Amino acid sequence: MLTNQSVAEEIIRKFGDDVFDFEEPFGMLTFSTTREQIIPMLDYLKAHPQFQVNFLTDIMAIHYPDRVGQEFCVVYHTHSFIHNFRIRIKVFLAEADVHIPTATGLFASANWMERETYDFFGILFDGHPNLKRILNMDEMDYFPMRKEYPLEDPTREDKIDALFGR
Amino acid sequence: MTETAVAPKDTADLAQGEKVQYVNELTTLNLGPTHPATHGIFQNVLTMDGEKIVAGEQTVGYIHRAFEKIAERRPFYQITTLTDRMNYCSSPINNMGWHMTVEKLLSIEVPKRAQYIRVIMMELARIADHIVCNGILGVDTGAFTGFLYLYEKREDIYEIYEEVCGARLTTNMGRVGGMERDLSTTAIRKINDFLKTFPPVLKEFEKLFNRNRIFMDRTIGVGGISAERAMSYGFTGPNLRAAGVDYDVRVMSPYSSYEDFEFDIPVGQHGDTYDRYMVRNEEMWQSLRIIEQAMKNLPEGPYYADAPEFYLPPKKEVYRSMEALIYHFKIVMGEIEAPVGEVYHAVEGGNGELGFYLLSDGGRTPYRLHFRRPCFIYYQAYPEMCVGSTISDAIVTMSSLNVIAGELDA
Repeated sequence: MLTNQSVAEEIIRKFGDDVFDFEEPFGMLTFSTTREQIIPMLDYLKAHPQFQVNFLTDIMAIHYPDRVGQEFCVVYHTHSFIHNFRIRIKVFLAEADVHIPTATGLFASANWMERETYDFFGILFDGHPNLKRILNMDEMDYFPMRKEYPLEDPTREDKIDALFGR
Repeated sequence: MTETAVAPKDTADLAQGEKVQYVNELTTLNLGPTHPATHGIFQNVLTMDGEKIVAGEQTVGYIHRAFEKIAERRPFYQITTLTDRMNYCSSPINNMGWHMTVEKLLSIEVPKRAQYIRVIMMELARIADHIVCNGILGVDTGAFTGFLYLYEKREDIYEIYEEVCGARLTTNMGRVGGMERDLSTTAIRKINDFLKTFPPVLKEFEKLFNRNRIFMDRTIGVGGISAERAMSYGFTGPNLRAAGVDYDVRVMSPYSSYEDFEFDIPVGQHGDTYDRYMVRNEEMWQSLRIIEQAMKNLPEGPYYADAPEFYLPPKKEVYRSMEALIYHFKIVMGEIEAPVGEVYHAVEGGNGELGFYLLSDGGRTPYRLHFRRPCFIYYQAYPEMCVGSTISDAIVTMSSLNVIAGELDA
């Protein structure tokens, strides 16, 4: 039985200062790493004789326009079927440099997950075999899930955020 | 369907980089976007060497409706209607999965009775989902009879939905905090009737297909995938279990009191179309078992949690009491703020692990909501599964994968 504590300690022993911001929201081990370490991290967790984190549940991104230098966050949800243990790994990227290495070498499923993330946020996955739009049309010239694209028409004056939510 | 001849420029990039001598001139075949055998709108561009598929590429996104973006401006209760438009063959599972995600964020404990009702509805939805998949698989192999017999029972399930929530396809069932109403006596009668009348029909369906020589020839060894590749491709649900991995969210991380029920997880061996069919059939039997147990042990008590800030008060109360009226207004206008937090919750959908990753910054709407749609993730394995086979095999393979366009495109 793996505990968040023991896994976190082992990861810190291996990666040292490259892992930080440990949390456990609703019991799921969550931490951040750098983009240089994300692929070695996934590889290490997958090949680890005890953890065997052998399943990539999902890759998605979040946009924080107000965090200078950390505008984008790419979130990896991984899962060890053997121990039924989930780990969430976050990588923060600056808007000026949205490159991150691809995980397609480790998990075939990362292919479309990364394409989807690129499609909506414009995160560039270096080394991806086929990084193009997947759900939106190819002619689109912006990344719609970024916060600067509001869902409502911003010129409307009858629907203000103070009264009608965000 | 259009067929155009293309001269292969470089044969090296087809068939995984190996130099292959093709027998015929390569042709490109567009399977879809609107083709009766794709059961939804998505395109497959197949490169054919005579009758053999040598490469394939899918185009998806034809019915993309930007649910994740829309959800960022909606209060939590309004997002339920987005979820049931994803896997529209088993909408209640999506609805309940979403409610449970929000309840997890808000730390609401749902009473046992509501949890049991949810389990009953989710298992009925699973049966409806598998009826569609296996019925259509029969149609795609040339046998319409089984589909017709089973569809009558799917209608019965939809009548139960109607009794419980008023809708049939896009159910919008349940609320954050419980169910919107208790099981009525008619609903209980209909569920009990279904439990009695469905097994003979399913048995008959199995008699038509399981040992049918034509069906077996069409499906055994077709569209197979190894357990290792299936894991790598992110398969979950019946498709992964058909490949021999016994992963089921209901058992691995039980939600909504699934730990109270006794049921088996059917597992296949080869991961081919026949195994997927058999796993789905067996899952219907197991779902029946779960519903039987839930109906037998249905606990007494309230069917919704004591969460006045999120659960709409009964209409009678709204007319009488000031407090209920205030809550009614606040909820309907979406003025309730959720706590800060991030939560991932997964349920076993009709096609596998349906995950909701909800990020709340303390506002009235999610800061970011991501749906892990099982279809979207495993459909990318499709070219690998049908390279080397013929068109007719590719169609059977797609049918047995149960790709639902709504879930694929979100």
